[in-house]
Amino acid sequence: MLALGQDEIAKYPFLADAGQYLKDQGFSLEQFGTDPDLRDLIRKAYDRILVAADGKIYKSDLDGDHVSKEAALPREVFSFLLAIVLLKLSGMHTLIKRFALAEARRAEKYLERDLANISDESKNQLAIRVIDDLFSVQVEKSGDYFVIPISDYLKHSINFHEREWKLINRHVENGQVFLSPHETVRLIRKELGTYINSKIINARTPTMIPGFEDSVNKLVLLSKKFVTYTATTGEYPPCIKHAIEILEKGENLPHSGRFMLASFLLSKGQTVQQVAPLFKNAPDYNERVTLYQLNHLAGTSGSGTQYSCPSCEKLKTQSLCFATSECDNIINPLQFGRKKK
Amino acid sequence: MQEADISFLEDSFKKYYFNHFDLIKVPERTSEREFGYQKFNSGMTRHISLKDDKELHLLLMQNVPSDVYCSNAYYTFPNLPMNEKDWKEADLIFDIDAKDLNLPCRENHTVSICNDCNDVSKNLTRCLKCNSAKLEKKSLPCKNCIDASKIEVEKLSEVLINDLAIDEENIQVYFSGNEGFHVYVYGSQFQEIGSRERSELTDYISLRGAIPETFGMRKLKQDRASFPDFDENGWRGRFSKHVFGSKSKRSKIITELIANGYSSFQKTLDDASENIGVKIDPNVTMDIHRIFRLPGSINSKSGLTKIRCDDLIKFDPYVEASFLSDDTVEVFANSPIEFKLKSKKFGPYLGEKVTVPTFAAAYMICKKLARIA
Repeated sequence: MLALGQDEIAKYPFLADAGQYLKDQGFSLEQFGTDPDLRDLIRKAYDRILVAADGKIYKSDLDGDHVSKEAALPREVFSFLLAIVLLKLSGMHTLIKRFALAEARRAEKYLERDLANISDESKNQLAIRVIDDLFSVQVEKSGDYFVIPISDYLKHSINFHEREWKLINRHVENGQVFLSPHETVRLIRKELGTYINSKIINARTPTMIPGFEDSVNKLVLLSKKFVTYTATTGEYPPCIKHAIEILEKGENLPHSGRFMLASFLLSKGQTVQQVAPLFKNAPDYNERVTLYQLNHLAGTSGSGTQYSCPSCEKLKTQSLCFATSECDNIINPLQFGRKKK
Repeated sequence: MQEADISFLEDSFKKYYFNHFDLIKVPERTSEREFGYQKFNSGMTRHISLKDDKELHLLLMQNVPSDVYCSNAYYTFPNLPMNEKDWKEADLIFDIDAKDLNLPCRENHTVSICNDCNDVSKNLTRCLKCNSAKLEKKSLPCKNCIDASKIEVEKLSEVLINDLAIDEENIQVYFSGNEGFHVYVYGSQFQEIGSRERSELTDYISLRGAIPETFGMRKLKQDRASFPDFDENGWRGRFSKHVFGSKSKRSKIITELIANGYSSFQKTLDDASENIGVKIDPNVTMDIHRIFRLPGSINSKSGLTKIRCDDLIKFDPYVEASFLSDDTVEVFANSPIEFKLKSKKFGPYLGEKVTVPTFAAAYMICKKLARIA
């Protein structure tokens, strides 16, 4: 674990060991519920969650790189730790996810500023170490850029769907990818969110603490707002239609195309017996092999894993994508025609 | 395939395996690899683990497979079912196949075999005899196809070495045994990356999915300085050489590109991807559990051997990869196109009984263009 100073903990509170921090500061959780001087911090923690639930970034008391008042530092950390306690007590996963994401984006701002800080080498090094320790991305400075090995880059960039993150749209040289401070930090945003999320999920849930009830109840009510309903049109996406057309014509659909079609239909709830006849027209049709492979995909034989339909990105690589405007930026054919209500 | 053909091929393959143990070696870290094989007219037997060359040779002698495979992946338990193998890492592999290059020569040396009536013809869309569309296409040797595939191998090596910092010594090139090449990369930073990462890598190597901004073109507020320089590294450099042609034309062509607009630039990029992108089969590279044809083994699509190419430029697969015997055999051949193997011409044969060397007979039988008479 990194050795952190007070203002680093305020910037990256998720790096601290919560229990230890409270102990070091000489407080217990119960005190926050009862002590009138400390109760205000629960409100602050609640606000921090509220802002996150709204999709915004919590505006902290930290001003730039420095804090206006020494006292603000621990308050900043406490509100984070108490927010986690409130979230755990409410048990609302949608709120935890939103909070983790917002906190990740807040930390991202500081990481970016620290990375770009040319005047203070130690800030620079800390940011580089946080990224390496937490996400195993080896960042090196090279002029105005940060360079990371292509393999490290790919492990993170595959989570992005925007084309500018594709390796082909990056400055690649000598086995490394060149990134700006902003891009370096953006690269690990999701993992930062996942890291904070898993820290919260894995934290012990305390029993209800007197003085915390009100805020917890309000959070439970709040989370109900985020339930969404979806409806589908039932129509097949163009890639699936195309594959079916090819088979109907008796032409050859490559193995990857057959995999897409079968895994799509099986995921939509069709049975192996319903899917199998589709392949009858294939030039190399063999009933035994078809059933074997379909059962394998469905998870009824072999490893027991049910295979899911490949992503749009993968289908593009395999030249199986025939996207139309109706695809509407979906990332997997299974999402086609789904409308949020 | 009929019994007599199978036993002829099995005999010929067995002879080859027995006489050429020196060519068939297990790869490094043998006990961490998964092996598999196929027999004629039968399915795949896989999840096999082997200790050394001796065990491999025993397997070949006992089973006389039509095809032999070995994983590019390393596992703790290669002989267990897939989800219990405990995947550790995998060598990067690439497949370059002449069939994927869309060369104009293809139709001159491709024949089709009707799945319904077995008629062989040069017509590639419908069977002339029974009008069925279920045609199986078989391509015969073509120097042009091999030369074009070699160029792709050269292009691939260039990207691997210059962009991905792969050591030239860690790249090995093999003739696939049919009409292409297999390239292996050992010990790179990519050993441990998964399938989705490898898929991204294939898009990079093929110059696929590029956006105009990457090559300097913007939607608004153009900046001439953001277009690539002639001497730049990576795809920007290769793109500028392809599009500008020479240093002196750079400025004039940038003016044209800007005048033609953003969407026209996307077309320029698609065209560049088609011309300078490396044509690899993405499915092979992104598969981290593949069992890939074993070096030294025979490819049953042709009867030729998958062998290492030490001198790619001089390499002639139709001479150097044909190891089956010269003993003659009588076959009933139906190969409407002439072909050359071991510097000898064969065909065209129009449904006739002919006596040919084993290597040529095996070639035609593997292609379903002949049967033992």
